[in-house]
Amino acid sequence: MAKPASGRTTLVLASALLVLIAAAAIAPGLFTSASPVETDPIHALAAPSAQHWFGTDQLGRDLFSRVLHGTRPSVLLGLGATALAVAGGAALGLASALGGRAADQVLMRAADVLLSLPPILLALLAVTVLGTGSGNVMAAIAIAFVPGYARIVRAETRVVQRSGYVEAAQLLGLRRSELILRHVLPNAIGPMLVLATVGFGSALIAASGLSFLGLGPQPPSPEWGAMLSQGRSFLQTAWWIGVFPGAAITLTALAVNAVGRRAQRRFTGRTAA
Amino acid sequence: MTDHDLTAPQGLRAVTLGVLRRLFVRLLGALAVLIGAATVAFAALQLVPGDPVTVMLGPGSAATPEVKAEIRATYGLDQPVAVQYLHYLGRLLTGDLGESYQLQRPVAGLIADQLGSTVQLALAALVLAVVLALVAATATAGRRPALRGVSSLLELLAVSSPSYWIGILLLTAFSFQLRIFPVAGDQDLSALVLPAVTLALPLTGVLTQVLREGLETTLGQPFVLTARSRGLAPAAVLLRHALRHTTGPVATLTGWLTGSLLGGAVLVETVFGRPGIGALSLQGAVNKDMPLVIGLVLLSALVFVLISTLVDLLHVAADPRLRSR
Repeated sequence: MAKPASGRTTLVLASALLVLIAAAAIAPGLFTSASPVETDPIHALAAPSAQHWFGTDQLGRDLFSRVLHGTRPSVLLGLGATALAVAGGAALGLASALGGRAADQVLMRAADVLLSLPPILLALLAVTVLGTGSGNVMAAIAIAFVPGYARIVRAETRVVQRSGYVEAAQLLGLRRSELILRHVLPNAIGPMLVLATVGFGSALIAASGLSFLGLGPQPPSPEWGAMLSQGRSFLQTAWWIGVFPGAAITLTALAVNAVGRRAQRRFTGRTAA
Repeated sequence: MTDHDLTAPQGLRAVTLGVLRRLFVRLLGALAVLIGAATVAFAALQLVPGDPVTVMLGPGSAATPEVKAEIRATYGLDQPVAVQYLHYLGRLLTGDLGESYQLQRPVAGLIADQLGSTVQLALAALVLAVVLALVAATATAGRRPALRGVSSLLELLAVSSPSYWIGILLLTAFSFQLRIFPVAGDQDLSALVLPAVTLALPLTGVLTQVLREGLETTLGQPFVLTARSRGLAPAAVLLRHALRHTTGPVATLTGWLTGSLLGGAVLVETVFGRPGIGALSLQGAVNKDMPLVIGLVLLSALVFVLISTLVDLLHVAADPRLRSR
Protein backbone atom coordinates (compact mmCIF):
# COMPACT_ATOMS: atom_id res chain seq x y z
CA MET A 1 0.00 0.00 0.00
CA ALA A 2 1.53 3.28 -1.07
CA LYS A 3 0.81 6.41 0.92
CA PRO A 4 -2.62 7.62 -0.23
CA ALA A 5 -1.45 11.20 -0.67
CA SER A 6 1.47 10.29 -2.96
CA GLY A 7 -0.79 7.88 -4.84
CA ARG A 8 -3.23 10.68 -5.55
CA THR A 9 -0.49 13.04 -6.74
CA THR A 10 0.76 10.38 -9.12
CA LEU A 11 -2.76 9.84 -10.42
CA VAL A 12 -3.36 13.55 -10.98
CA LEU A 13 0.00 13.99 -12.74
CA ALA A 14 -0.56 10.93 -14.90
CA SER A 15 -4.08 12.03 -15.86
CA ALA A 16 -2.88 15.53 -16.75
CA LEU A 17 -0.17 13.99 -18.91
CA LEU A 18 -2.71 11.77 -20.65
CA VAL A 19 -4.87 14.82 -21.45
CA LEU A 20 -1.83 16.57 -22.96
CA ILE A 21 -0.96 13.47 -24.98
CA ALA A 22 -4.52 13.20 -26.25
CA ALA A 23 -4.43 16.89 -27.23
CA ALA A 24 -1.13 16.40 -29.08
CA ALA A 25 -2.56 13.38 -30.87
CA ILE A 26 -5.70 15.21 -31.98
CA ALA A 27 -4.23 18.64 -32.78
CA PRO A 28 -0.41 18.74 -32.77
CA GLY A 29 -0.62 22.15 -34.49
CA LEU A 30 -1.78 23.70 -31.21
CA PHE A 31 1.66 23.25 -29.69
CA THR A 32 4.00 24.02 -32.56
CA SER A 33 3.87 25.84 -35.86
CA ALA A 34 6.95 24.12 -37.29
CA SER A 35 6.40 21.48 -39.95
CA PRO A 36 7.30 17.87 -39.04
CA VAL A 37 8.30 16.99 -42.61
CA GLU A 38 9.84 20.18 -44.02
CA THR A 39 13.59 19.64 -44.44
CA ASP A 40 16.28 22.27 -43.89
CA PRO A 41 19.65 20.66 -44.75
CA ILE A 42 21.68 23.73 -43.70
CA HIS A 43 20.47 23.35 -40.12
CA ALA A 44 20.70 19.54 -40.02
CA LEU A 45 21.63 17.97 -36.66
CA ALA A 46 21.41 21.30 -34.82
CA ALA A 47 21.53 20.98 -31.02
CA PRO A 48 18.49 21.93 -28.92
CA SER A 49 18.10 25.71 -28.79
CA ALA A 50 15.44 28.37 -28.26
CA GLN A 51 14.46 28.04 -31.90
CA HIS A 52 14.46 24.22 -32.04
CA TRP A 53 13.62 23.02 -28.53
CA PHE A 54 14.54 19.40 -29.23
CA GLY A 55 17.12 20.22 -31.93
CA THR A 56 16.85 19.06 -35.55
CA ASP A 57 17.34 15.66 -37.19
CA GLN A 58 19.62 14.49 -40.00
CA LEU A 59 17.48 16.30 -42.59
CA GLY A 60 17.12 19.49 -40.56
CA ARG A 61 13.52 18.75 -39.57
CA ASP A 62 12.38 20.23 -36.25
CA LEU A 63 12.47 17.37 -33.73
CA PHE A 64 9.98 18.99 -31.32
CA SER A 65 7.44 19.19 -34.09
CA ARG A 66 8.16 15.63 -35.22
CA VAL A 67 7.76 14.23 -31.71
CA LEU A 68 4.44 16.08 -31.33
CA HIS A 69 3.16 15.03 -34.74
CA GLY A 70 4.38 11.51 -33.99
CA THR A 71 1.90 11.22 -31.12
CA ARG A 72 -1.03 10.33 -33.36
CA PRO A 73 0.56 7.50 -35.40
CA SER A 74 2.32 6.09 -32.34
CA VAL A 75 -0.70 6.13 -30.04
CA LEU A 76 -3.00 4.85 -32.80
CA LEU A 77 -0.67 1.91 -33.38
CA GLY A 78 -0.96 0.89 -29.71
CA LEU A 79 -4.69 1.67 -29.51
CA GLY A 80 -5.45 -0.25 -32.70
CA ALA A 81 -3.50 -3.27 -31.51
CA THR A 82 -5.22 -3.18 -28.11
CA ALA A 83 -8.69 -2.79 -29.67
CA LEU A 84 -8.08 -5.74 -31.99
CA ALA A 85 -6.74 -7.85 -29.13
CA VAL A 86 -9.66 -6.94 -26.85
CA ALA A 87 -12.23 -7.74 -29.56
CA GLY A 88 -10.53 -11.02 -30.43
CA GLY A 89 -10.05 -11.91 -26.77
CA ALA A 90 -13.71 -11.21 -25.96
CA ALA A 91 -14.95 -13.30 -28.89
CA LEU A 92 -12.64 -16.25 -28.19
CA GLY A 93 -13.16 -16.07 -24.41
CA LEU A 94 -16.94 -16.14 -24.84
CA ALA A 95 -16.73 -18.94 -27.38
CA SER A 96 -14.53 -20.89 -25.01
CA ALA A 97 -16.82 -20.47 -22.02
CA LEU A 98 -20.12 -20.98 -23.83
CA GLY A 99 -19.21 -23.21 -26.76
CA GLY A 100 -19.02 -26.53 -25.01
CA ARG A 101 -16.23 -28.65 -23.68
CA ALA A 102 -14.44 -29.54 -26.92
CA ALA A 103 -14.26 -25.94 -28.12
CA ASP A 104 -13.07 -24.86 -24.69
CA GLN A 105 -10.29 -27.44 -24.63
CA VAL A 106 -9.07 -26.58 -28.13
CA LEU A 107 -9.13 -22.82 -27.57
CA MET A 108 -7.51 -22.86 -24.15
CA ARG A 109 -4.74 -25.26 -25.17
CA ALA A 110 -4.09 -23.01 -28.16
CA ALA A 111 -3.92 -20.04 -25.76
CA ASP A 112 -1.42 -21.96 -23.59
CA VAL A 113 0.80 -22.52 -26.61
CA LEU A 114 0.65 -18.90 -27.74
CA LEU A 115 1.35 -17.70 -24.20
CA SER A 116 4.47 -19.86 -24.11
CA LEU A 117 6.00 -17.87 -26.98
CA PRO A 118 7.60 -14.44 -26.53
CA PRO A 119 5.15 -11.76 -27.79
CA ILE A 120 7.81 -10.13 -29.95
CA LEU A 121 8.69 -13.43 -31.63
CA LEU A 122 5.02 -14.20 -32.21
CA ALA A 123 4.65 -10.74 -33.72
CA LEU A 124 7.70 -11.38 -35.94
CA LEU A 125 6.09 -14.64 -37.11
CA ALA A 126 2.90 -12.72 -37.91
CA VAL A 127 4.86 -10.02 -39.77
CA THR A 128 6.65 -12.72 -41.76
CA VAL A 129 3.27 -14.08 -42.86
CA LEU A 130 1.42 -10.76 -43.27
CA GLY A 131 4.19 -8.41 -44.37
CA THR A 132 5.29 -5.07 -42.88
CA GLY A 133 3.33 -1.81 -42.42
CA SER A 134 1.16 -0.15 -39.75
CA GLY A 135 -1.91 -2.37 -40.14
CA ASN A 136 0.10 -5.57 -40.05
CA VAL A 137 2.08 -4.44 -37.00
CA MET A 138 -1.23 -3.78 -35.22
CA ALA A 139 -2.50 -7.23 -36.17
CA ALA A 140 0.81 -8.84 -35.18
CA ILE A 141 0.79 -7.26 -31.70
CA ALA A 142 -2.91 -8.10 -31.31
CA ILE A 143 -2.26 -11.78 -32.04
CA ALA A 144 0.36 -11.84 -29.31
CA PHE A 145 -2.04 -10.23 -26.79
CA VAL A 146 -5.28 -12.09 -27.62
CA PRO A 147 -4.66 -15.24 -25.51
CA GLY A 148 -4.28 -13.25 -22.28
CA TYR A 149 -7.54 -11.38 -22.82
CA ALA A 150 -9.37 -14.53 -23.92
CA ARG A 151 -8.43 -16.28 -20.69
CA ILE A 152 -9.79 -13.49 -18.51
CA VAL A 153 -13.05 -13.21 -20.43
CA ARG A 154 -13.48 -16.98 -20.24
CA ALA A 155 -12.95 -17.02 -16.49
CA GLU A 156 -15.32 -14.09 -15.90
CA THR A 157 -17.96 -15.51 -18.23
CA ARG A 158 -18.00 -18.76 -16.31
CA VAL A 159 -18.59 -16.85 -13.07
CA VAL A 160 -21.27 -14.58 -14.53
CA GLN A 161 -23.00 -17.52 -16.20
CA ARG A 162 -23.77 -19.10 -12.85
CA SER A 163 -25.01 -15.90 -11.22
CA GLY A 164 -28.60 -15.41 -10.10
CA TYR A 165 -29.55 -12.74 -12.60
CA VAL A 166 -28.47 -14.80 -15.60
CA GLU A 167 -30.47 -17.75 -14.31
CA ALA A 168 -33.44 -15.44 -13.77
CA ALA A 169 -33.16 -14.08 -17.30
CA GLN A 170 -32.94 -17.65 -18.58
CA LEU A 171 -36.11 -18.59 -16.69
CA LEU A 172 -37.87 -15.59 -18.18
CA GLY A 173 -37.31 -17.23 -21.54
CA LEU A 174 -34.75 -14.83 -23.03
CA ARG A 175 -33.16 -15.98 -26.25
CA ARG A 176 -29.63 -17.30 -25.86
CA SER A 177 -28.07 -14.69 -28.15
CA GLU A 178 -29.82 -11.88 -26.31
CA LEU A 179 -28.87 -13.34 -22.96
CA ILE A 180 -25.20 -13.44 -23.96
CA LEU A 181 -25.07 -10.00 -25.53
CA ARG A 182 -27.16 -8.14 -22.96
CA HIS A 183 -26.35 -9.87 -19.71
CA VAL A 184 -23.28 -12.09 -19.86
CA LEU A 185 -20.90 -10.04 -22.04
CA PRO A 186 -21.31 -6.63 -20.33
CA ASN A 187 -20.70 -8.16 -16.92
CA ALA A 188 -17.85 -10.42 -17.97
CA ILE A 189 -15.92 -7.80 -19.90
CA GLY A 190 -15.17 -5.37 -17.03
CA PRO A 191 -11.97 -6.91 -15.67
CA MET A 192 -10.63 -7.25 -19.20
CA LEU A 193 -11.19 -3.57 -19.92
CA VAL A 194 -9.33 -2.62 -16.75
CA LEU A 195 -6.50 -4.90 -17.79
CA ALA A 196 -6.60 -3.37 -21.26
CA THR A 197 -5.40 -0.01 -19.89
CA VAL A 198 -2.14 -1.58 -18.73
CA GLY A 199 -2.25 -3.71 -21.88
CA PHE A 200 -2.35 -0.54 -23.95
CA GLY A 201 0.91 0.56 -22.36
CA SER A 202 2.53 -2.75 -23.26
CA ALA A 203 1.05 -2.68 -26.77
CA LEU A 204 2.42 0.83 -27.31
CA ILE A 205 5.92 -0.29 -26.28
CA ALA A 206 5.72 -3.47 -28.36
CA ALA A 207 4.38 -1.68 -31.44
CA SER A 208 7.01 1.06 -31.27
CA GLY A 209 9.56 -1.74 -30.88
CA LEU A 210 8.43 -3.38 -34.11
CA SER A 211 8.57 -0.08 -35.92
CA PHE A 212 12.01 0.54 -34.41
CA LEU A 213 12.98 -2.73 -36.10
CA GLY A 214 11.82 -1.15 -39.36
CA LEU A 215 8.67 -3.26 -39.71
CA GLY A 216 6.07 -0.54 -39.05
CA PRO A 217 5.21 2.83 -40.62
CA GLN A 218 7.75 3.88 -43.24
CA PRO A 219 9.49 7.28 -43.57
CA PRO A 220 8.70 10.16 -43.48
CA SER A 221 6.12 9.17 -40.83
CA PRO A 222 7.18 10.71 -37.51
CA GLU A 223 6.10 7.58 -35.58
CA TRP A 224 8.33 7.46 -32.48
CA GLY A 225 9.85 4.01 -32.96
CA ALA A 226 10.55 4.72 -36.62
CA MET A 227 12.19 8.04 -35.67
CA LEU A 228 14.53 6.24 -33.28
CA SER A 229 15.30 3.69 -35.95
CA GLN A 230 16.15 6.31 -38.59
CA GLY A 231 18.16 8.41 -36.12
CA ARG A 232 20.31 5.51 -34.97
CA SER A 233 23.23 6.26 -37.29
CA PHE A 234 23.51 9.82 -35.98
CA LEU A 235 23.63 9.13 -32.23
CA GLN A 236 27.36 9.76 -32.08
CA THR A 237 26.98 13.43 -33.03
CA ALA A 238 23.39 14.14 -32.01
CA TRP A 239 22.22 12.65 -28.69
CA TRP A 240 18.89 14.50 -28.96
CA ILE A 241 17.73 12.28 -31.83
CA GLY A 242 17.88 9.27 -29.54
CA VAL A 243 16.55 10.91 -26.40
CA PHE A 244 13.32 12.75 -27.22
CA PRO A 245 11.25 10.25 -29.27
CA GLY A 246 12.03 7.55 -26.71
CA ALA A 247 11.14 9.86 -23.84
CA ALA A 248 7.77 10.41 -25.52
CA ILE A 249 7.11 6.65 -25.61
CA THR A 250 8.22 6.23 -22.00
CA LEU A 251 6.14 9.17 -20.69
CA THR A 252 3.04 7.90 -22.48
CA ALA A 253 3.53 4.35 -21.22
CA LEU A 254 4.28 5.67 -17.73
CA ALA A 255 1.07 7.72 -17.59
CA VAL A 256 -1.01 4.85 -18.94
CA ASN A 257 0.56 2.34 -16.55
CA ALA A 258 0.12 4.60 -13.52
CA VAL A 259 -3.58 5.12 -14.27
CA GLY A 260 -4.07 1.49 -15.30
CA ARG A 261 -2.54 0.04 -12.16
CA ARG A 262 -4.57 2.30 -10.00
CA ALA A 263 -7.72 1.19 -11.82
CA GLN A 264 -6.69 -2.43 -11.43
CA ARG A 265 -6.19 -2.15 -7.71
CA ARG A 266 -9.45 -0.32 -7.37
CA PHE A 267 -11.64 -2.66 -9.42
CA THR A 268 -10.18 -6.05 -8.82
CA GLY A 269 -7.94 -5.76 -5.80
CA ARG A 270 -5.23 -7.35 -7.88
CA THR A 271 -2.06 -5.84 -9.28
CA ALA A 272 -0.49 -6.24 -12.66
CA ALA A 273 1.40 -9.40 -13.37
CA MET B 1 8.16 -25.73 8.84
CA THR B 2 11.43 -27.38 9.71
CA ASP B 3 10.47 -31.08 9.78
CA HIS B 4 12.55 -31.87 6.71
CA ASP B 5 15.58 -30.38 8.41
CA LEU B 6 15.15 -32.54 11.51
CA THR B 7 14.68 -35.84 9.68
CA ALA B 8 17.07 -35.37 6.85
CA PRO B 9 17.06 -38.84 5.13
CA GLN B 10 13.26 -39.09 5.11
CA GLY B 11 13.01 -35.50 3.94
CA LEU B 12 15.36 -36.25 1.10
CA ARG B 13 13.25 -39.19 -0.05
CA ALA B 14 10.11 -37.09 0.10
CA VAL B 15 11.82 -34.45 -1.99
CA THR B 16 12.91 -37.00 -4.58
CA LEU B 17 9.49 -38.64 -4.81
CA GLY B 18 7.66 -35.35 -5.03
CA VAL B 19 10.02 -34.08 -7.66
CA LEU B 20 9.72 -37.29 -9.72
CA ARG B 21 5.93 -37.22 -9.64
CA ARG B 22 5.85 -33.59 -10.67
CA LEU B 23 8.47 -34.25 -13.33
CA PHE B 24 6.26 -36.85 -15.04
CA VAL B 25 3.21 -34.57 -15.13
CA ARG B 26 5.32 -31.65 -16.28
CA LEU B 27 6.95 -33.61 -19.10
CA LEU B 28 3.55 -34.59 -20.51
CA GLY B 29 2.47 -30.95 -20.43
CA ALA B 30 5.77 -29.87 -21.97
CA LEU B 31 5.32 -32.30 -24.84
CA ALA B 32 1.82 -30.95 -25.46
CA VAL B 33 3.11 -27.37 -25.62
CA LEU B 34 5.88 -28.37 -28.05
CA ILE B 35 3.47 -30.16 -30.38
CA GLY B 36 1.17 -27.15 -30.10
CA ALA B 37 3.97 -24.75 -31.05
CA ALA B 38 4.88 -26.95 -34.02
CA THR B 39 1.22 -26.90 -35.08
CA VAL B 40 1.04 -23.10 -34.81
CA ALA B 41 4.20 -22.86 -36.92
CA PHE B 42 2.79 -25.26 -39.52
CA ALA B 43 -0.49 -23.33 -39.63
CA ALA B 44 1.43 -20.07 -40.12
CA LEU B 45 3.34 -21.68 -42.97
CA GLN B 46 0.04 -22.59 -44.66
CA LEU B 47 -1.19 -19.02 -44.22
CA VAL B 48 1.68 -17.41 -46.13
CA PRO B 49 0.04 -15.91 -49.20
CA GLY B 50 1.24 -17.06 -52.58
CA ASP B 51 2.87 -20.20 -53.85
CA PRO B 52 5.58 -21.51 -51.46
CA VAL B 53 7.83 -22.52 -54.36
CA THR B 54 7.72 -18.99 -55.80
CA VAL B 55 8.54 -17.58 -52.34
CA MET B 56 11.37 -20.07 -52.00
CA LEU B 57 12.88 -19.16 -55.35
CA GLY B 58 12.59 -15.45 -54.63
CA PRO B 59 11.22 -12.75 -56.91
CA GLY B 60 12.49 -12.54 -60.47
CA SER B 61 13.19 -16.24 -60.75
CA ALA B 62 12.76 -17.58 -64.27
CA ALA B 63 12.08 -21.20 -63.29
CA THR B 64 9.87 -23.10 -65.73
CA PRO B 65 6.67 -24.78 -64.50
CA GLU B 66 8.41 -28.16 -64.86
CA VAL B 67 11.25 -27.11 -62.56
CA LYS B 68 8.74 -25.74 -60.07
CA ALA B 69 6.78 -29.00 -60.14
CA GLU B 70 10.01 -30.85 -59.46
CA ILE B 71 10.81 -28.66 -56.46
CA ARG B 72 7.25 -29.14 -55.25
CA ALA B 73 7.67 -32.90 -55.39
CA THR B 74 11.09 -32.75 -53.70
CA TYR B 75 9.67 -30.87 -50.71
CA GLY B 76 6.46 -32.95 -50.68
CA LEU B 77 4.39 -29.84 -51.34
CA ASP B 78 2.22 -31.77 -53.83
CA GLN B 79 0.86 -33.96 -51.03
CA PRO B 80 -2.34 -33.31 -49.02
CA VAL B 81 -1.94 -30.90 -46.08
CA ALA B 82 -2.52 -33.62 -43.47
CA VAL B 83 0.28 -35.76 -44.95
CA GLN B 84 2.57 -32.72 -45.10
CA TYR B 85 1.79 -32.03 -41.43
CA LEU B 86 2.73 -35.57 -40.37
CA HIS B 87 5.90 -35.49 -42.47
CA TYR B 88 6.75 -32.15 -40.91
CA LEU B 89 6.31 -33.48 -37.35
CA GLY B 90 8.38 -36.51 -38.29
CA ARG B 91 11.21 -34.33 -39.57
CA LEU B 92 11.10 -32.22 -36.40
CA LEU B 93 11.48 -35.39 -34.30
CA THR B 94 14.82 -36.02 -36.01
CA GLY B 95 15.89 -32.44 -35.33
CA ASP B 96 15.51 -31.41 -38.97
CA LEU B 97 14.21 -27.83 -39.05
CA GLY B 98 14.43 -27.49 -42.82
CA GLU B 99 16.55 -25.14 -44.88
CA SER B 100 16.53 -21.35 -44.84
CA TYR B 101 15.00 -19.93 -48.05
CA GLN B 102 17.35 -17.01 -48.14
CA LEU B 103 20.66 -18.42 -46.91
CA GLN B 104 20.22 -21.93 -48.39
CA ARG B 105 21.62 -23.50 -45.24
CA PRO B 106 20.05 -25.83 -42.64
CA VAL B 107 18.13 -23.78 -40.08
CA ALA B 108 19.43 -25.88 -37.17
CA GLY B 109 23.02 -25.00 -38.14
CA LEU B 110 22.24 -21.30 -38.49
CA ILE B 111 20.64 -21.26 -35.04
CA ALA B 112 23.49 -23.24 -33.47
CA ASP B 113 25.99 -20.69 -34.83
CA GLN B 114 24.17 -17.78 -33.22
CA LEU B 115 22.95 -19.42 -30.03
CA GLY B 116 26.06 -18.89 -27.90
CA SER B 117 26.03 -15.14 -28.16
CA THR B 118 22.38 -14.86 -27.12
CA VAL B 119 22.68 -17.37 -24.29
CA GLN B 120 25.60 -15.39 -22.91
CA LEU B 121 23.57 -12.17 -23.10
CA ALA B 122 20.40 -13.69 -21.60
CA LEU B 123 22.23 -15.38 -18.73
CA ALA B 124 24.16 -12.22 -17.87
CA ALA B 125 20.92 -10.21 -17.91
CA LEU B 126 19.05 -12.80 -15.84
CA VAL B 127 21.71 -12.98 -13.14
CA LEU B 128 21.93 -9.19 -13.01
CA ALA B 129 18.13 -8.81 -12.80
CA VAL B 130 17.72 -11.42 -10.08
CA VAL B 131 20.53 -9.98 -7.95
CA LEU B 132 19.27 -6.40 -8.32
CA ALA B 133 15.68 -7.43 -7.59
CA LEU B 134 16.67 -9.46 -4.52
CA VAL B 135 18.67 -6.57 -3.13
CA ALA B 136 15.97 -3.99 -3.86
CA ALA B 137 13.11 -6.13 -2.57
CA THR B 138 14.76 -7.25 0.68
CA ALA B 139 16.01 -3.73 1.34
CA THR B 140 12.60 -2.10 0.87
CA ALA B 141 10.04 -4.72 1.98
CA GLY B 142 8.20 -3.48 5.06
CA ARG B 143 10.55 -0.53 5.50
CA ARG B 144 10.16 3.21 5.51
CA PRO B 145 7.48 4.48 3.13
CA ALA B 146 9.86 6.99 1.51
CA LEU B 147 12.30 4.28 0.47
CA ARG B 148 9.46 2.12 -0.87
CA GLY B 149 8.00 5.08 -2.74
CA VAL B 150 11.28 5.69 -4.55
CA SER B 151 11.64 1.99 -5.31
CA SER B 152 8.13 1.62 -6.70
CA LEU B 153 8.58 4.73 -8.83
CA LEU B 154 11.77 3.24 -10.28
CA GLU B 155 9.96 -0.05 -10.91
CA LEU B 156 7.17 1.75 -12.76
CA LEU B 157 9.77 3.63 -14.80
CA ALA B 158 11.61 0.39 -15.61
CA VAL B 159 8.51 -1.38 -16.92
CA SER B 160 7.38 1.69 -18.88
CA SER B 161 10.63 2.26 -20.77
CA PRO B 162 11.13 0.42 -24.05
CA SER B 163 14.28 -1.67 -23.68
CA TYR B 164 15.71 -0.48 -26.98
CA TRP B 165 15.43 3.12 -25.81
CA ILE B 166 17.32 2.33 -22.60
CA GLY B 167 19.91 0.75 -24.87
CA ILE B 168 20.13 3.87 -27.02
CA LEU B 169 20.56 6.05 -23.92
CA LEU B 170 23.29 3.81 -22.48
CA LEU B 171 25.01 3.64 -25.86
CA THR B 172 24.93 7.43 -26.21
CA ALA B 173 26.19 8.05 -22.69
CA PHE B 174 28.79 5.32 -22.20
CA SER B 175 29.99 4.52 -25.70
CA PHE B 176 29.73 7.79 -27.64
CA GLN B 177 30.20 10.40 -24.89
CA LEU B 178 32.31 8.73 -22.20
CA ARG B 179 33.83 6.08 -24.52
CA ILE B 180 33.96 3.46 -21.77
CA PHE B 181 32.35 0.60 -23.67
CA PRO B 182 32.63 -0.48 -27.31
CA VAL B 183 29.84 0.62 -29.66
CA ALA B 184 29.02 -2.72 -31.23
CA GLY B 185 29.96 -6.36 -31.55
CA ASP B 186 30.42 -9.26 -29.14
CA GLN B 187 34.21 -9.57 -29.08
CA ASP B 188 34.92 -9.38 -25.36
CA LEU B 189 33.24 -9.05 -22.00
CA SER B 190 33.19 -5.26 -22.02
CA ALA B 191 30.91 -5.45 -25.07
CA LEU B 192 28.49 -7.54 -23.00
CA VAL B 193 27.98 -5.00 -20.20
CA LEU B 194 25.65 -2.49 -21.84
CA PRO B 195 23.44 -5.03 -23.66
CA ALA B 196 23.08 -7.09 -20.47
CA VAL B 197 22.13 -4.04 -18.40
CA THR B 198 19.63 -2.99 -21.08
CA LEU B 199 17.99 -6.39 -21.13
CA ALA B 200 18.02 -6.68 -17.33
CA LEU B 201 16.40 -3.36 -16.34
CA PRO B 202 12.77 -4.07 -17.36
CA LEU B 203 13.04 -7.53 -15.79
CA THR B 204 14.36 -6.03 -12.58
CA GLY B 205 11.35 -3.72 -12.34
CA VAL B 206 8.79 -6.52 -12.53
CA LEU B 207 10.80 -8.97 -10.41
CA THR B 208 11.33 -6.45 -7.62
CA GLN B 209 7.65 -5.68 -7.53
CA VAL B 210 6.57 -9.31 -7.35
CA LEU B 211 9.27 -10.21 -4.83
CA ARG B 212 8.42 -7.29 -2.57
CA GLU B 213 4.70 -7.97 -2.65
CA GLY B 214 5.40 -11.62 -1.86
CA LEU B 215 7.72 -10.67 0.99
CA GLU B 216 5.26 -8.23 2.48
CA THR B 217 2.41 -10.75 2.38
CA THR B 218 4.65 -13.30 4.07
CA LEU B 219 5.88 -10.89 6.73
CA GLY B 220 2.28 -10.54 7.91
CA GLN B 221 1.91 -14.30 8.48
CA PRO B 222 1.69 -15.76 12.01
CA PHE B 223 4.82 -17.90 11.59
CA VAL B 224 6.87 -14.76 11.07
CA LEU B 225 5.58 -13.46 14.39
CA THR B 226 6.56 -16.76 15.96
CA ALA B 227 10.05 -16.55 14.51
CA ARG B 228 10.39 -12.97 15.72
CA SER B 229 9.17 -13.91 19.18
CA ARG B 230 11.87 -16.57 19.35
CA GLY B 231 14.28 -13.68 19.19
CA LEU B 232 15.36 -14.04 15.57
CA ALA B 233 16.73 -10.86 14.07
CA PRO B 234 14.49 -9.21 11.43
CA ALA B 235 17.13 -9.78 8.75
CA ALA B 236 17.32 -13.48 9.59
CA VAL B 237 13.51 -13.78 9.46
CA LEU B 238 13.53 -12.11 6.07
CA LEU B 239 16.30 -14.18 4.56
CA ARG B 240 15.69 -17.57 6.19
CA HIS B 241 11.89 -17.68 6.30
CA ALA B 242 10.16 -15.06 4.21
CA LEU B 243 12.26 -15.29 1.05
CA ARG B 244 11.48 -18.99 0.62
CA HIS B 245 7.77 -18.16 0.42
CA THR B 246 8.19 -15.86 -2.54
CA THR B 247 9.32 -18.70 -4.83
CA GLY B 248 5.67 -19.34 -5.74
CA PRO B 249 4.81 -15.95 -7.21
CA VAL B 250 8.22 -15.74 -8.88
CA ALA B 251 7.80 -19.21 -10.42
CA THR B 252 4.55 -18.14 -12.09
CA LEU B 253 6.53 -15.38 -13.79
CA THR B 254 8.84 -17.80 -15.58
CA GLY B 255 6.97 -17.76 -18.86
CA TRP B 256 7.00 -14.03 -18.90
CA LEU B 257 10.69 -13.97 -17.96
CA THR B 258 11.85 -16.28 -20.75
CA GLY B 259 9.65 -14.35 -23.16
CA SER B 260 11.20 -11.04 -22.12
CA LEU B 261 14.72 -12.40 -22.39
CA LEU B 262 14.27 -13.95 -25.84
CA GLY B 263 11.97 -11.23 -27.15
CA GLY B 264 14.10 -8.48 -25.64
CA ALA B 265 17.14 -10.00 -27.32
CA VAL B 266 15.64 -9.13 -30.73
CA LEU B 267 15.63 -5.43 -29.86
CA VAL B 268 18.79 -5.33 -27.76
CA GLU B 269 20.85 -7.16 -30.37
CA THR B 270 19.60 -4.74 -33.01
CA VAL B 271 20.53 -1.68 -30.92
CA PHE B 272 24.01 -2.94 -30.11
CA GLY B 273 24.69 -4.61 -33.45
CA ARG B 274 25.29 -7.94 -31.74
CA PRO B 275 24.91 -11.19 -33.64
CA GLY B 276 22.53 -13.72 -32.09
CA ILE B 277 19.15 -15.40 -32.13
CA GLY B 278 17.32 -12.07 -31.92
CA ALA B 279 19.14 -10.58 -34.88
CA LEU B 280 18.52 -13.82 -36.77
CA SER B 281 14.75 -13.65 -36.07
CA LEU B 282 14.59 -10.12 -37.39
CA GLN B 283 16.54 -11.10 -40.49
CA GLY B 284 14.12 -13.98 -41.04
CA ALA B 285 11.04 -11.79 -40.64
CA VAL B 286 12.36 -9.08 -42.97
CA ASN B 287 13.30 -11.61 -45.67
CA LYS B 288 10.07 -13.64 -45.27
CA ASP B 289 12.28 -16.63 -44.50
CA MET B 290 9.60 -18.87 -42.98
CA PRO B 291 11.74 -21.95 -42.15
CA LEU B 292 14.16 -19.74 -40.24
CA VAL B 293 11.43 -17.91 -38.27
CA ILE B 294 9.63 -21.18 -37.55
CA GLY B 295 12.85 -22.75 -36.31
CA LEU B 296 13.32 -19.87 -33.90
CA VAL B 297 9.71 -20.06 -32.70
CA LEU B 298 10.15 -23.76 -31.97
CA LEU B 299 13.44 -23.07 -30.22
CA SER B 300 11.82 -20.52 -27.92
CA ALA B 301 8.97 -22.92 -27.16
CA LEU B 302 11.58 -25.52 -26.23
CA VAL B 303 13.45 -23.05 -24.03
CA PHE B 304 10.20 -22.02 -22.36
CA VAL B 305 9.23 -25.62 -21.66
CA LEU B 306 12.67 -26.52 -20.30
CA ILE B 307 12.93 -23.50 -18.04
CA SER B 308 9.41 -23.68 -16.69
CA THR B 309 9.83 -27.38 -15.90
CA LEU B 310 13.10 -26.64 -14.13
CA VAL B 311 11.64 -23.75 -12.16
CA ASP B 312 8.64 -25.83 -11.19
CA LEU B 313 10.91 -28.51 -9.79
CA LEU B 314 12.95 -25.95 -7.87
CA HIS B 315 9.68 -24.62 -6.54
CA VAL B 316 8.73 -28.09 -5.27
CA ALA B 317 12.13 -28.45 -3.67
CA ALA B 318 11.70 -25.12 -1.87
CA ASP B 319 8.10 -25.62 -0.75
CA PRO B 320 7.48 -28.76 1.33
CA ARG B 321 3.70 -28.33 1.05
CA LEU B 322 3.78 -29.22 -2.64
CA ARG B 323 5.47 -32.59 -2.06
CA SER B 324 2.67 -34.25 -0.15
CA ARG B 325 0.20 -33.68 -2.99
